[in-house]
Amino acid sequence: MADTPVLDVQDLKTHFFTRTGVVKAVDGVSFTLMPGETLGIVGESGSGKSMTALSLMGLVPQPAGRIVGGKILFQGEDLVQKTQSEMQAIRGREICMILQDPMTSLNPVFTVGNQVVETVRQVKEASRFSLKDRAIELLQKVKIASPEDRMSNYPHQMSGGMRQRVVGSIAIAGSPKVLIADEATTSLDATIQYQYLALLKELQADTGMSIIFITHDFGIVAKMCDRVAVMYAGRMAEIADVRDLFNHPAHPYTEALMRSVPNVDEEVEYLYSIEGQPPALDNLPPGCTFAPRCPYVFDRCNEAFPDLIQVGDGHSATCWKLAGK
Amino acid sequence: MTTTYEQSTNAIIQLDNIQKYFPVTKGLILRHLVGEVKAVDGVSFQIREGETYGLVGESGCGKTTTAKMVLQVEMPTSGQIRFNGKDIADFDADDRKLYRSSVQAVFQDPWSSLNPRLKVGSIILEPLLANQTMSKHEARENLERLLNDVGLHSYQADYYPHEFSGGQRQRIAIARALSLQPKVIVLDEPVSALDVSIRAQIMNLLKDLQKRYGVSYLLIAHNLATVRYMSHQVGVMYLGKLVEEAPTRELFTNPMHPYTKALITASLPSHPDIQREELVLSGEVPSPLNPPSGCSFHPRCPFVLDRCSREEPVLGELAPGHKVSCHLY
Repeated sequence: MADTPVLDVQDLKTHFFTRTGVVKAVDGVSFTLMPGETLGIVGESGSGKSMTALSLMGLVPQPAGRIVGGKILFQGEDLVQKTQSEMQAIRGREICMILQDPMTSLNPVFTVGNQVVETVRQVKEASRFSLKDRAIELLQKVKIASPEDRMSNYPHQMSGGMRQRVVGSIAIAGSPKVLIADEATTSLDATIQYQYLALLKELQADTGMSIIFITHDFGIVAKMCDRVAVMYAGRMAEIADVRDLFNHPAHPYTEALMRSVPNVDEEVEYLYSIEGQPPALDNLPPGCTFAPRCPYVFDRCNEAFPDLIQVGDGHSATCWKLAGK
Repeated sequence: MTTTYEQSTNAIIQLDNIQKYFPVTKGLILRHLVGEVKAVDGVSFQIREGETYGLVGESGCGKTTTAKMVLQVEMPTSGQIRFNGKDIADFDADDRKLYRSSVQAVFQDPWSSLNPRLKVGSIILEPLLANQTMSKHEARENLERLLNDVGLHSYQADYYPHEFSGGQRQRIAIARALSLQPKVIVLDEPVSALDVSIRAQIMNLLKDLQKRYGVSYLLIAHNLATVRYMSHQVGVMYLGKLVEEAPTRELFTNPMHPYTKALITASLPSHPDIQREELVLSGEVPSPLNPPSGCSFHPRCPFVLDRCSREEPVLGELAPGHKVSCHLY
C-alpha cells in the first residue's frame, strides 16, 4: 500500500436547505482511503452514509442540497471546487458507483450490450469494432456466461444477480481508482450476494482499486473491509481497522449495534436492543446525537458534540466517555 | 414424496403434502395453458403450540405462497392443512370464522400494511370489532392493553400511521394481529424492512409476546441469523420443496443438505476472523416453470451424484426430528 491516500475527506458537510429548516445530512465527516484499501461505511437509514457517497461523486441533489464545508481531496485535488463538467471527467473514469437496485440503474429500453458499449465509448477512444470486443471482455470479467449472446439481452431478461454484474462491468469500464458500492448486494439473495462479493474481491485484486462499501450490515463489513467508519445521524461515530472495531468497539453506538444483531454462528437467548430511534436530522439534540439512546450518558454528553478522540492506532471515536480516560 | 406426520398432541397447524400450482397461460382471447409454476410442491410440516417454525429460502422458493395458504388467501391445489386436527377444507362457516380469527399475520412492509386514513386505534381494533360485539368502554380497555403490550402509549391511539417510525408501525401491526388473541401469527419477513437497531427491539418484542401468550409463529425469512434467533424448528425450502427440516440448534450445528450448508456459508460472518468452509454455489435458482429433473438442486450442487439428475430424493429422517431430502445420505 502506498503512503498517500487516494481519497482524503476532511470535515465534509452536506446540508439540505428546506422550507422547514436545515437538514444536516452529512455534518463533519472525515476519512482517508488508501489505494487498494476497502473501507466500509456503516450506518442506519438517515445516518448520512449514502449522502457521503453522493458528495464524493458530486451528485448531491440540487438545489436543496449543497456541500457547505470541507474538502474531498482526490489524488491531491479538491473535488468540492470542481465544476460539473470537470466532475464529468472524473465520474465513471476515476470514481464509480454501484447502486442498490440494478433494475433502476440500468435503462430498460436499451440492450445490455448497448449500455456497456456506451460506457466504454465514454471512457475510451476506440473504434466501433474494438468497443464491442472491450464490452464483451468486461462482461467476461464479471463472469457473465456467454457474454456474446447476453449483449443483445434487455435488463428484464436477466436475473437480479446478473443485472448487478452488468452494473459492475459498467462501473469498472474506466478502470476506476475508487469504486463506491452503495448497498450493492442488499437486493440480492444470500447465495447470489456471496458470489457477487467474491467477484468484487477478485476485481479488486486484479485492478488494485479501492472500494468503499456503504452498508447497514456488519456482516459485509466483517467479510470484506479493511477499515470501517460507523456513522450516526450525519456524523462519524467511530473509525477503526476492522479487527479493532469488532474486538474493542469504542463508541457505545457501535457496541450496542453489534450486540443487537443476531448471529448465525452462535445461539443467543436474548438480544440486546437499543431503545428509542435515531433522531430527526432537522431537529438534532444539542450535544451528542446518540445521547438520548446512550446507556452511559452523563452531563457533558448533553452539552456539546464530542471531539474525535483517538483510542488506538488508527482508531478513533466521538464519545466523551473516552475523553476522561 | 409424501411424509405423513403422526398427529402429535401439540401441533396446532399441520400441513400435509401441500401443493400449489399456478397455471401459465398464453394468448389474449383464446387462452391456453402452456405450463404450470409449481410454487409449492409437496410440503409437509407442523407448527407446534407456543413455538416458532422458521421457513428459510431464497426468493421464489415458495415460502410466501406457503404462508398464504396457511392464511387461506390461496387455496392449495392439493394436500391438506389441518387446524387442531381438523382439515380446513371440511370447515363450515363458523369454523372458518374461528380459523380466520385464530390465524393472523404481520407483513414485511409496515408502510403499506397499515391504512393511512385510519387512526391507529381504529386499525388495531378493526379485527376485534368485526368479530365481537363490545361496548365502547371494553373496546377502549382492549386498545390500551394492546398498545401497552407492544410498547406504545395509549395516547398514541389517536395518531395516524404516518406519524410513526418504521419500528413503531411494525408494533402497531403486531398489536392488530394480537387483538383477537390468535393461536398462530404468520410473520412474513417481519424485520427485514426495519433499521438494524430497531430489528432487535421487534424480535425481542415478538419473543416476549410468545412467552406471555403462548402464541405460535410461522416465521418467513431469508436471513438465517433472524431465523436462528427466533425459531424452535426450521425448514429450508428450495424451489417449492422442503429440503431439510430440523430443530434450530440441530440445523445450525449439523446442517446436512448441501443447499443448507451453502446458505450457512453464504450468510455473512459476525466477526472478521470467522472463516467459513468455502462452498460456493454456481449459477442461480432455476425457473420453477421448468424445474430440473430429479433433485431440483442438482445443477448447482457441488456434491452431485449420477442418480441426482434421474431420481428425486425423498425427505427422510436421519436423526430424531432431522429430515433431509438428499441422495448423499
